[in-house]
Amino acid sequence: MQEDYIIQVRDLHKTFHTNNGSIVVLDNINISIKRGEIFGIIGLSGAGKSTLVRCMNLLEKPTSGSVIVDGRDLTSLSESELRRERQSIGMIFQGYNLLMQRTALDNVCFPLEIAGVKKKEARTKARQLLETVGLADKEKAYPAQLSGGQKQRVAIARALATNPKVLLCDEITSALDPTTTQSILALLKDLNQKLGVTIVVITHEMKVIERICNRVAIIDRSHIEEIGTVDEVFRRPKSAAARKLLYERSENIEKFTGNGKLLRLVFDGSSADRPIIAEMVLKCGTLVNIAFADTKNIHGKIYGQMLLQLPEDPVAVNRILSYLDSEHISYQEEA
Amino acid sequence: MTIGDLMKLTAEGFGETLYMTFVSTASAYLIGMPIGLILTVTDKDGIKPNPLVNGIIGFIVNVLRSVPFIILLIAVMPITRAIVGTTIGSSATVVPLVIAAAPYIARMVESSVKEVDRGVIEASLSMGASPFQIVYKVLLPEARPSLLLGAAITTTTILSYSAMAGVVGGGGLGDIAIRYGYHRKQTDIMIVMVVVLVAIVQVLQAAGNWISRRNDKRIR
Ligand SMILES: Nc1ncnc2c1ncn2[C@@H]1O[C@H](COP(=O)(O)OP(=O)(O)OP(=O)(O)O)[C@@H](O)[C@H]1O
Ligand SMILES: [Mg+2]
Repeated sequence: MQEDYIIQVRDLHKTFHTNNGSIVVLDNINISIKRGEIFGIIGLSGAGKSTLVRCMNLLEKPTSGSVIVDGRDLTSLSESELRRERQSIGMIFQGYNLLMQRTALDNVCFPLEIAGVKKKEARTKARQLLETVGLADKEKAYPAQLSGGQKQRVAIARALATNPKVLLCDEITSALDPTTTQSILALLKDLNQKLGVTIVVITHEMKVIERICNRVAIIDRSHIEEIGTVDEVFRRPKSAAARKLLYERSENIEKFTGNGKLLRLVFDGSSADRPIIAEMVLKCGTLVNIAFADTKNIHGKIYGQMLLQLPEDPVAVNRILSYLDSEHISYQEEA
Repeated sequence: MTIGDLMKLTAEGFGETLYMTFVSTASAYLIGMPIGLILTVTDKDGIKPNPLVNGIIGFIVNVLRSVPFIILLIAVMPITRAIVGTTIGSSATVVPLVIAAAPYIARMVESSVKEVDRGVIEASLSMGASPFQIVYKVLLPEARPSLLLGAAITTTTILSYSAMAGVVGGGGLGDIAIRYGYHRKQTDIMIVMVVVLVAIVQVLQAAGNWISRRNDKRIR
């Protein structure tokens, strides 16, 4: 059976013409997003992420290629058909983009007014949504009276008002602190599970992808470098761009280009949190250098990555590898 | 002239001035506001860019704005006579005032509405709003405080222009000031009229500022 794709981006190209000549921002992009999944798109600043997500509801007109949402090619629609179609594609922005002169409740009513829903019905629906996002007590507040996290919740409620099939999120947690980010991501995950809405998440932060996404696409300088499940891409990144993103937090990685090989350990939550490296060093009787580590303990299990610099002695290396095998820790030698 | 006469004269001028100012401002907004909105919408960064329409309207607006009011006042006399039936008195002054103020208002409205955050317009587009819905549900309400402030500035400007019409017998406080102060050398009466004009401007501007602030939900 064929996969059920809600968004298909085919052979998409986007060129901007500026006074300083033209720049290709998206080059031959092909992405298929499954109904009901949370799909991440990650890349460094300027990679073309925002442009790509804006092409998904045609806020940006592709130079060529097609964008098929739920079976309809948006690029072939008339303006009024496109407006109708956009009502089923919600969008959330980094800067919230709330109407500053409207209360939280009226902000959520806004897309319903546009869709021609009766005022009373719209208010009832808007109240429900504010409750869903945990802001039932803030319906009379104006955006200026809300915190960043609260504003983003209003924006989420607003985007959900017309029961969209898809939610496009462009860096929606980038202006928020880590705790608020976590709570917004948890809300998205929850909405995805409860409402079945497909979510597309644009970010430059690995954490966001790790936390909520099923699949991820890596975009680098206008190209899609890699698409796969988060597990696949994080454990065995094939592209240089992916590796760069995975290690973005480690600036000293280049310094460890000594003689010993680099070994990457991936903890996917199957091993309990205990001093594995210390144990390994003791059992194998050889020292290793930790070049990079980014692991977390979640409910007593460890997740994350670690980069070890191995000793030069092949016998010691073998001992280490067999220890890791016996502990069922997956690893990979770095080039 | 007794104090009583002066009071009566002042009251008459005051009434005429307010009449000219408010009727002209309201009529000029009726014409200038849609023009300002069209200029915004058809701008190259607008929601419906149209260089031709924008260029033509922009040009006419600029031409009208660059004609000195005193010349416009005389130049439009045939039009004034056709509409009002006379070229003197406060009703006759409304015509040139509207013609002078409408393009000014168009630019004021344009600049207020252009202050609306681009992101909010994008969000509305992403929800499927039509250009018309964006204008009356987003641009106008979001620009409301700035539009109100603009209206206060416009009203006081029209008020001072109405005084200029006194030169050709336009009625109001300005007319009285010129008739008594300039033609009959009764400087004291002129000073009284000017003081009243200053007071009206102060009050209108303060009221405009207050209303604008009260309508701005971005504060607090
Ligand atoms: N309207 C435009 N006109 C000209 N160039 C543009 C326009 N919009 C984007 N660009 C260029 O396209 C490139 C990609 O921009 P885009 O906003 O898609 O990047 P991004 O991946 O979202 O970056 P960030 O993480 O900083 O938001 C940039 O080089 C940018 O300068
Ligand atoms: Mg961006």
